[in-house]
Amino acid sequence: MSDPALIWSYLSRGPLLWLTATLAAYWIGDRIFNAARRQSWANPVMIAVILLAILLELTGTTYQTYFEGAQFVHFMLGPATVALGMPLYDNLHRVRKALLPLAVALLAGSLTAVVSVLVIAKATGLSDVMLASLAPKSTTAPVAIGIAEGLGGEPTITAVLVLLTGIFGAVIATPLLNLLRVHDWRARGFALGVAAHGIGTARAFQVNETAGAFAGIGMGLNAILTAIIAPLVLHLFQ
Amino acid sequence: MIPALVILLSFQLVGEIAARGLGMPLPGPVIGLILLVVSCSIRPKLAEMLRPVVRGLLGNLSLFFVPAGVGVVAHMAEFRSDGLAIALALTVSTALAIAAGALVFKLVVQITGQNKQ
Repeated sequence: MSDPALIWSYLSRGPLLWLTATLAAYWIGDRIFNAARRQSWANPVMIAVILLAILLELTGTTYQTYFEGAQFVHFMLGPATVALGMPLYDNLHRVRKALLPLAVALLAGSLTAVVSVLVIAKATGLSDVMLASLAPKSTTAPVAIGIAEGLGGEPTITAVLVLLTGIFGAVIATPLLNLLRVHDWRARGFALGVAAHGIGTARAFQVNETAGAFAGIGMGLNAILTAIIAPLVLHLFQ
Repeated sequence: MIPALVILLSFQLVGEIAARGLGMPLPGPVIGLILLVVSCSIRPKLAEMLRPVVRGLLGNLSLFFVPAGVGVVAHMAEFRSDGLAIALALTVSTALAIAAGALVFKLVVQITGQNKQ
């Protein structure tokens, strides 16, 4: 029998352990999410992140060591972002039919998301790094992480902010839109997709098929638009 | 599966080269996303060929940002000290963005007289 400490020191240095842990934590998160009947607050990523954070804390593992294993999963963000073009392509006929409302609502939602978060962040005295990390918070995570990196933000902070934005947006969308008396499923879904990306889109699909399709369009278009406007708007605040 | 992966990665690669080489403001993968939409519009057959791999990637999309999310452990101090300001910025901004998008959509539909589907 070999010394368990030796096995641990071997495993903790290679990528195998943390790659396995990442997939396992996500699996558990997904099981809990399904058990909670896919409610937005039981987000599988959030659960996985909490589980892994606790595990790193308990084992005294640094994030750098963890990332050596997890980078293989992280790398998939790039091709997955490219793949997001497919739902956009599938819905091009819907985009053409409602081109004007989509274009104007996209501009309004996207600008509001970036400008308002920066106004509040600046007013409450948050740092420039935090401003850059917050600016793309309504965009889908893979794109937001790319934008934050380019702006001098902290991509890991952005990842968490994006998650929280999505969960919050998904939870408040229905009561908020009822309060505002917006009944058009296209408007409701699209606005949620623009403001709360994939988590909002998943929520929209739970409520209504048309809302879901338009949320997907909103998420895709906002990924492109935020990449263009976030650097311009952020420049005004620094 | 391999041809589809080659095409997706190539779009990303071209996107990265364009982003860095031409100094475009978009992240490389976002340029790749646009390339995918344009290419599929020109050749619909391409979409059918990519579809199974795309479905696999998008079906597990949220898994891919777990590693970045775990990075929060390295920034707990910031979240502890600025948590209230961050929460305020995030919640108010998200609510405003949903409201703005939905109300503007509704308004433009009313003005242009486009009826519901």
